[in-house]
Amino acid sequence: MEGRNNEGTWMRLEIESLSSNEEFARVTIAVFMSRMNPTLEEVNDVKTAVSEAVTNCVIHGYGNEKGTVYIEAETESDQLTVKIRDEGKGIEDIKRAMEPMYTTDMSGERSGMGFSFMEAFMDEVLVESEPGKGTTVTMRKRIGGCSYG
Amino acid sequence: MDKELFTYEAEGTVLIIHLPAELDHHNCLTLKYETDLLLEENYINRIVFDFSRTEFMDSSGIGVLLSRYKQMAGSGGTVTVYGAGQRISRILKIGGIYRLVNQYETREEAVYGRQE
Repeated sequence: MEGRNNEGTWMRLEIESLSSNEEFARVTIAVFMSRMNPTLEEVNDVKTAVSEAVTNCVIHGYGNEKGTVYIEAETESDQLTVKIRDEGKGIEDIKRAMEPMYTTDMSGERSGMGFSFMEAFMDEVLVESEPGKGTTVTMRKRIGGCSYG
Repeated sequence: MDKELFTYEAEGTVLIIHLPAELDHHNCLTLKYETDLLLEENYINRIVFDFSRTEFMDSSGIGVLLSRYKQMAGSGGTVTVYGAGQRISRILKIGGIYRLVNQYETREEAVYGRQE
């Protein structure tokens, strides 16, 4: 990057709560983080984590109803922060929601591993939620762990 | 678009599902619908997932594999996978799939191989 690569950069995206937008969200973040010269593995890790968080907004936050998913990302030196927020129904018991295999979905098609995947692929995952107000997931990852810089 | 398409192939009582490039919540909805129809109308005792075209997968893919596993296990059938690259293998491992489902290198092994 020319010039101001030591300064942080940011982006903001608002999308409709549709399953077809899950791909749009993760691809957008992948393009945004490309300025950090990530490895392919790092890009894939972040894409998976973003996909999990946006899927949660669509399925659980808004219960497959209309809504807006708010996505913010910023870079600060080698640190990537991605914040994914919905104004949906919120989570009653965050600790329980984050347990592996726990799901409230009744279709039998959900693994209950969304938060586990976010934690596996990012360095830090913070979940804030208020029932009736919505949920914010903030994820951080250091990029360039394998580079020479 | 072609990259989103699932294709299905039956070989005797084995159903082979060729997965698309990306496997997420969105297209897993299609997969559930289509396999439910196929399983209703055909006697199937093994489902083989072909990951050779797949480059992206999240926990939705794990959910689909688990639910098909339960469905097959309930009637004495099995689920196998083949063609998974490094990335997909890592996801399957984190998702705990290898405790339930055998992975093979080739299609032939996945279709005819014994489940341990």
